[in-house]
Amino acid sequence: MLSLRSIEKSYPLAGGQLPVLKGIDLIIEQGEMVAIMGSSGSGKSTLLNVLGLLDNFDAGSYHLDEVDMSELSERQSARYRSRFLGFVFQSFNLIAFKSALENVALPLFYQKIPRRERQKRALAMLERMGIADRAHHLPSELSGGQKQRVAMARALITTPRVILADEPTGALDSVTSNEVMDVLREVNSTGITVIIVTHEADIAARCDRTIRLKDGRIIEDGNSKVVIEPTAHGYTPDAS
Amino acid sequence: MRAFDPDRLIELVQVIVRNPMRAFLSSLGVGWGLFMIIITVGSARGLENGVRADMGNDVANSMFMWAQSTSKPYKGFQRGRSLELNLADVAWLEENTQHLDLVVPEIQLGGYRGSNNVTRAAHTGAFDVHGVDENYPQVNPFRITRGRFLNPGDLNAQRKVCVIGNRVETVLFDKGEDPLGEMIQIQGVLFRVVGVYKPKGTGEDAENAAESIYIPFTTFGKAFQTGDRVEWLSVLIRPNVDAAEAEQATKDLLLLRLNAHPEDKRAIGGWSMAEEFQQVESVFGAMRLVSLLFGALALLAGVIGITNIMLISIKERTKELGIRRSLGATPRRIIQQILGETLFLTILAGLCGMVLGVGLLELLDSFIEDGGDAGVFRHPEIDLKTVLNVLIILLGMALLAGILPTLRALSIRPVVALRSEG
Ligand SMILES: Nc1ncnc2c1ncn2[C@@H]1O[C@H](COP(=O)(O)OP(=O)(O)OP(=O)(O)O)[C@@H](O)[C@H]1O
Ligand SMILES: [Mg+2]
Repeated sequence: MLSLRSIEKSYPLAGGQLPVLKGIDLIIEQGEMVAIMGSSGSGKSTLLNVLGLLDNFDAGSYHLDEVDMSELSERQSARYRSRFLGFVFQSFNLIAFKSALENVALPLFYQKIPRRERQKRALAMLERMGIADRAHHLPSELSGGQKQRVAMARALITTPRVILADEPTGALDSVTSNEVMDVLREVNSTGITVIIVTHEADIAARCDRTIRLKDGRIIEDGNSKVVIEPTAHGYTPDAS
Repeated sequence: MRAFDPDRLIELVQVIVRNPMRAFLSSLGVGWGLFMIIITVGSARGLENGVRADMGNDVANSMFMWAQSTSKPYKGFQRGRSLELNLADVAWLEENTQHLDLVVPEIQLGGYRGSNNVTRAAHTGAFDVHGVDENYPQVNPFRITRGRFLNPGDLNAQRKVCVIGNRVETVLFDKGEDPLGEMIQIQGVLFRVVGVYKPKGTGEDAENAAESIYIPFTTFGKAFQTGDRVEWLSVLIRPNVDAAEAEQATKDLLLLRLNAHPEDKRAIGGWSMAEEFQQVESVFGAMRLVSLLFGALALLAGVIGITNIMLISIKERTKELGIRRSLGATPRRIIQQILGETLFLTILAGLCGMVLGVGLLELLDSFIEDGGDAGVFRHPEIDLKTVLNVLIILLGMALLAGILPTLRALSIRPVVALRSEG
């Protein structure tokens, strides 16, 4: 369970502070599939980075499975990222000089798992993503959809509790986007919490719950069908 | 201990493979520094070996003294009185000295490049003829290649025997002829050859030293009418006694013995090998220091180069580092990676420089060997201890080179690293 209480965060700016998160209260239960929506600059990525322990916050509290995350050292954060969290990014963030297989195996390298087992598990994961035949290709030799599959394989290889995806379909066409969402749904069905930041109503519609941010505040939170229903609010999901 | 993970090495190799030109350029400085150190230290050693070989037949704690003329009037004597030493003075000095282990009287005939003074059958030559006692080889060591050196019996009985240098042998004897037991004529007096010696060391000095003939001091006095006159003393300074101090004390004793003014600086002449050695030693010490210093400077420049390249590399790879941290890399793993890369590059470069340097020295050495006489430069070499020391310095420098880049890599927060381009 992820639990945020009154989270505040601002970025230092020339001549002052830019408040980005202005008191976020949020509870996400284990196994939920959640979309975070909101206009550009509303603080979606910032929120996701806080959830992923990639960034710190100024005030409030964050508990992951009842453990306070606000006082973690960098080493402890790294441990949590390694054991509990998996990331998927819009720009894939694969390491360019490593093959698909090496990229997928990397998180296990940091868990000090022996090389042979790393390779075995990475290959199995690529197989599950349906791209085992591309195991020895470099990222530059893969299509966008294939890259995102490699990235998802890498995020899943440690069997994390939570997958955090920042616009995972942002760089993909609609068919490929749907395939990525198929994978994430399948992942979610195994009990892994999935949190997706997205601009697209179609993507949010495939999540169970949608949270809408505006100017660093949660303005809506509920069943995706209700929250993203345009007519009910008089605006299109992507505008404002 | 956990088994070694091959990926740790693979990661390091990937760094080089990914940008070989940069790896090469950044390593060049350190490689060059190590190369320089090896070459300069090795050459300094070569020069040292050459000079040492020339000094090879000299004993480090030996000293030579002779009587001259007084420069001060004393006890009714006029200044300018010419002083002489004899065997009684030698015995007295040996009895009264606190600084010397050995005093050998010496007298010489047929000075440097004199006229022919030695003949045997149809052979004739010009050689130095020395009257000495049986202890002489302690002051001026050489190898007895055949027969023996003079012994106390020769001196007591004033035997007409001689020990000749190997060059004397070649001049006076035919090839294959055995000189032992043969008679040679020195200024008309017949002497029996009892031994042949070969000087230690190489070079011009050693060659000259091979052209001497040694006969008993007592026989010399009788045969050439010099009585017990001693031309000069060759002495050995006791171990751990300062050479300059021993020289002054001995001079004081001799002045006293010869009734010369105690402050007379010119009455006794002296020459100390020990001081000579000390001077040469300090010159080489300085040379070693300077060559190490320049090498270290070159190395430092190399290290700064590597630090610089690593900093650039980290800037370029900020994104990659961010990704690694998002995947669970702890700060310690980041430290291991950056420090590992720097160490790997530095040490690889350093080893290349060292191998090239040692290789060049070996090449030079074999070249000199083949060329025969190399003058004062021979056996340029570097010993294992120096190599190990240099390796330790290299390791230290590599760590130094890694500190800044590592700190830089750690200071970038994961979120910032992920957001960066590249
Ligand atoms: N490192 C930073 N320094 C200063 N300001 C920042 C920084 N990162 C984000 N911001 C600002 O914080 C606000 C929220 O940024 P954030 O990336 O969370 O928005 P977002 O909702 O993800 O937008 P988008 O949909 O465009 O990705 C923006 O106004 C942005 O300019
Ligand atoms: Mg964003």
